[in-house]
Amino acid sequence: MADDSTAQDTAGTEILERPKFSWTFFFDLFGKKTISINGNLGAIAIFLFRSFFMIFHYKQIPAIVQQIYFIGAKSAQIVMLVGFFTGMVLGLQLYHVLVKFGSVGVLGTAVALSLIREMGPVLTAIMITARAGSAMTAEIGIQRISEQIDALHTMRIDALGYLISPRIAAAIISFPILTAFFDLIGIIGGWISGCVLLGVNSGAYFYRVISATQMEDITGGFVKSLVFGILVVTICCFQGFFTHMRTDSYGARSVSLSTTSAVVISCVMILISDYVVTSFIL
Amino acid sequence: MEKQPIIEFKGVTKRFDVRTILNRVDFEIYEGDVTTLIGLSGTGKSVTLKHIIGLLKPDEGQILYRGKPIDQMSKREWNAYISQVSYMFQNNALFDSMTIFENVALPLRQTTKLGKKEIEDKVLASIDQCELTEVAYKYPSELSGGMQKRAALARALVTDPSIVLFDEPTTGQDPIRKNAILGMVAEYQKRFGFTALLISHEIPDVYFISNRILALYDKKIVFQGTPDEFEEFDHPFREEILTSLESLQEDITGLYSKRHFKVRYQTDLSKRHPDATYAAAVFTLDDIDTIQEKLGHDATQQIIRSLGSYINKHFGAVGGFSSRQTINEYATVLPYSDLEEAKRIMEDFTKDFLEHGIKGLEAVVHGETHEECVEINILAGLAQGKPQIEIESVMEFARFDQKPIARFECQTGGQKK
Repeated sequence: MADDSTAQDTAGTEILERPKFSWTFFFDLFGKKTISINGNLGAIAIFLFRSFFMIFHYKQIPAIVQQIYFIGAKSAQIVMLVGFFTGMVLGLQLYHVLVKFGSVGVLGTAVALSLIREMGPVLTAIMITARAGSAMTAEIGIQRISEQIDALHTMRIDALGYLISPRIAAAIISFPILTAFFDLIGIIGGWISGCVLLGVNSGAYFYRVISATQMEDITGGFVKSLVFGILVVTICCFQGFFTHMRTDSYGARSVSLSTTSAVVISCVMILISDYVVTSFIL
Repeated sequence: MEKQPIIEFKGVTKRFDVRTILNRVDFEIYEGDVTTLIGLSGTGKSVTLKHIIGLLKPDEGQILYRGKPIDQMSKREWNAYISQVSYMFQNNALFDSMTIFENVALPLRQTTKLGKKEIEDKVLASIDQCELTEVAYKYPSELSGGMQKRAALARALVTDPSIVLFDEPTTGQDPIRKNAILGMVAEYQKRFGFTALLISHEIPDVYFISNRILALYDKKIVFQGTPDEFEEFDHPFREEILTSLESLQEDITGLYSKRHFKVRYQTDLSKRHPDATYAAAVFTLDDIDTIQEKLGHDATQQIIRSLGSYINKHFGAVGGFSSRQTINEYATVLPYSDLEEAKRIMEDFTKDFLEHGIKGLEAVVHGETHEECVEINILAGLAQGKPQIEIESVMEFARFDQKPIARFECQTGGQKK
């Protein structure tokens, strides 16, 4: 049926007219989106809190150990590989900057602080998102569309406690450990490029690493990795868990879109929260 | 005293966006009954079932459990209610990254305080009952569709529920397996006494195991009553559903469906003189419960099918027509034979069956490796009727007349005695 913005020609065909400008247009456009974002944020918060409180149950231990193996142990290799080359690139770049000022002696300080404060937590979180986060979304999404999550409900098994809580617990444990691995291997990578390949004194490098690194830097890095861990797992699990609520697609396609959204949103949120946490720490 | 419903739908309406799926649906499910919900595809049968388990909530109306609305239950009441209900999904919903054992053990591990040994014993017993012992440690993707169904059934029954909801348990199964699954549902229902609500398209087979039929048509329950009452139900739905779901003759044995058997009876006998006589025979596979227990559901169904096929072939050749009446009973009408002639035909049949037909049963039994001996008795009875007499009465006389016509007994491993 034609509404006010349409008219009919003599043949009875509806002709679309340009809608009249309305001052409420701005609110129509952004208001709906804002309400939707607000609703989603609330849903994510409830999702996180309900899942978090169900971690503390003895029956969760085997599932948590299994998830630590999947998120932590199986991601260790790729995290260390990325850490090594990140450290090497840092060593190389910083050497060529510092040599202009004749201060290559502080290479260890620059590499260590860059890695421990910023690059370690951020790159580790991004790598885990790519490797484990996407897999979590896809796995939970498939479980949702194949009614496995509904089956849990019919068996009186809390789906959040059974599927999400062990993953959050595993992320809280694994992210800081993997970040520590990343930092350590990165510092070794910086040493190889700076000292072994470019001739900086090894003693000076490690002396600067130890003397410049304060406990606040390390705890700050760990706080970040904890925040990133909780964010990444919550976003990835949330996307998978509510795959069936997507309105843009159904079935396998909805799982693939949820996986893409999970990775993109996680990466963006890592960077945004990095700024927020850093501003609180400093 | 009037029977109280265990579950009751009162004016339940469900909409998805603007589409109404259920419109003021009312029905009752009684304790200990096997109730079958029938309806055409996409009419909201699964949606109805999902309301009972709380997977969906009605937009209007109420669902009552023993008179109490489930949406007004406290958390404790809800947990007590839901712990008594099991749901078998249409697509099984087995966890594909877990073995069958782990799938069946999951509800016990997560919701009970049973010890490891107790859980293992219970799970293995359930797996054994569903004839899945050999595949207990395989993954669902390594199993056939029928085995996956049975695994889902084992998981649904492992918690000893008092209400079991079966969402199309026979979909995608071959005719023998379909009846084996329905037989399994009926047997477990008898053994454990749970209330069953199942969605099925297997008409008329599902009549054999159901106490009540619910018919969902045009978003409403248009019929609820016994299978016999459904036969008399005068509604466009009945014609529509029976035309689409009930085949004229069974696909393997060539037997008539119960309804078409009656139609053929009326058509053939209405042409006869009122004083003309005809004969009816009733065949029964005796003690089916013991056979099922010893040989399993699949083998039992194969024996029933084999017997039905042989009856139809033999009596069809002399102008008779046959139908399966209950899970283990066949009826045959010889419209142009009197009792004496029918006795001669029956003697020929018995002789022929003992010489050739029994080999079919032997093959089934020999194919199974069971430690216990199984005894198979086939009973037959004859009666004479007239066109104006109801076929049911004649069949009742034939049942009285039943005596063993064939007996097959084996020793360990299916050796014939």
